[in-house]
Formats: sequence, structure tokens, C-alpha cells
Amino acid sequence: MLKLNTQTYDAIRHHGEETYPHECCGVLLGRSSDDISLVVDAIRAGNTRTDSAHNRYHIAPHELVKIQRDGRKRGLDIVGFYHSHPDHPAQWSQTDFAEAHWLGCSYVITAVEKGVAQKTNSFLLTGTTEEDKAFADEPVIVETQSDSLHRSGHEVERCR
Amino acid sequence: MNIHIPTPLRVYSDKQDTVTVDAATVGEALDALTAKHPELKKHLYSEEGKLRSFVNVYLNDEDIRYLPEKESTRVSDHDALSIIPSIAGGLLAAGAGAPLAPACC
Repeated sequence: MLKLNTQTYDAIRHHGEETYPHECCGVLLGRSSDDISLVVDAIRAGNTRTDSAHNRYHIAPHELVKIQRDGRKRGLDIVGFYHSHPDHPAQWSQTDFAEAHWLGCSYVITAVEKGVAQKTNSFLLTGTTEEDKAFADEPVIVETQSDSLHRSGHEVERCR
Repeated sequence: MNIHIPTPLRVYSDKQDTVTVDAATVGEALDALTAKHPELKKHLYSEEGKLRSFVNVYLNDEDIRYLPEKESTRVSDHDALSIIPSIAGGLLAAGAGAPLAPACC
């Protein structure tokens, strides 16, 4: 289960709208325990695939190193990543799967239709090796500030 | 020197996010890491013994693949290695394939 607050959830979706018709991408910093990943911050990253930014994304490793370092200083880990699918569903693609290597982390995808964010889904990369990895649907819980005080939130409905 | 372990590989490093090793070169540091935590080896290296294509290793802010002396590059206790699997993807060759349906939810 992926938990994040409204501000972070909206920031991820707005990023996809801003970069439309290109894919946006970023890193989710937070903490994981048992079956819950709590996202504390979403860090925007540059998409290095300027040759095909409408249907590919890639985060430069040196940017990941910096984000991981900054997260460590804040006591946060990389718990997942996000990107957008312009004018396509919020479903993982074969490319997403082939290039997913962060086992145990969340891959959040937002469909952006004609510049407007639609569904946002999360997929947990399960498995222990490259050979047995798989994407599993992961519930997304969005907490409002008042929800946080009461330890509750609403689950985002999954859809393409 | 410190070697920073990414979240997916910490299950093989006794849940440590940083492993400290004694080493004179990048290669020695990686060898010391896999000697301490043997399970990491198959996740970092191919069967041919080369770093897997999606595994990036940075010495401070430099990709070791592009260092003139690569894994023979000398290191000090003040340096740090970061292991960073690559992150990429996109809707090209989408399994889901179809463009957004207008009536989606």
C-alpha cells in the first residue's frame, strides 16, 4: 500500500500536466515498513529522453545519486518513482516493466489526457530477482491533512 | 570508505543502508562489499562477472564506467560509493497499448 498526502499526490499529477505532451518523471522519498510505503516527498527529476520524451523517460543516475544523498540526510529512503503516460492509460507498459529494477519499490503512473491528469495508479515491483520480478497492483491511499490527524484517508479508485 | 546501498538491495546487506569497507581502489571496495554480503554479488554482477547493465556505481559524483582507471581508481576513506539501479520506462511498446478511452471512470 502506498500512502501519500494530498499535496504530494497533486504535485505528482500537476507535474504530468506541466510536461504534457511529454512524460514527466520523479522520485518518491519516504519510509517503508511491512506492507506500507509512506511517501513524504516527491522530487521532480529531469527526463533525459529528449529524443523521445512523449513516450519514454529516463532519470540520469547522477540525479538519482543526489536525490538518494539528500534523502539520506533527511532520514528518508527512495520508496518509489513516478511518471506520466500522455494520452495513454495509467497502466504499466512492457518498457516500464523491462526497465524496472527497484524491487520492492512503487511505480506510480498518471494518465494525462489532452493535458489534464486522469487516473493515477501505483504498481509494486515484487519478486527477488530480475528473473521473477512482477508488477502488482498497489492500493493508493491519499490522506488529507485532517485525515492524517485521524490516521485515515481515502483509497484512490483504480482504473485505466 | 562508505558504500551506500539502494533500498532494493538492503535485504542482502543485513538491512544496512551504508556498509563501511577498507579498500584502496573502487574494485577492492566492491570486492570487500560482496565478501561481507555474498548475496549481493548476483544482484550486482552478471554470470560473466561484469556489473549488470542496469547497475550504476558512482564514486562520489562520478560514474565509475567513465573514470579513466575505472575500477582501479584509487579511493580514500573520505570517498563514498553509491550503487544506483537505473530508472527508466515509458509507454513505448505499451502492453496496455490502447490510447485513453474517453469513458475511463
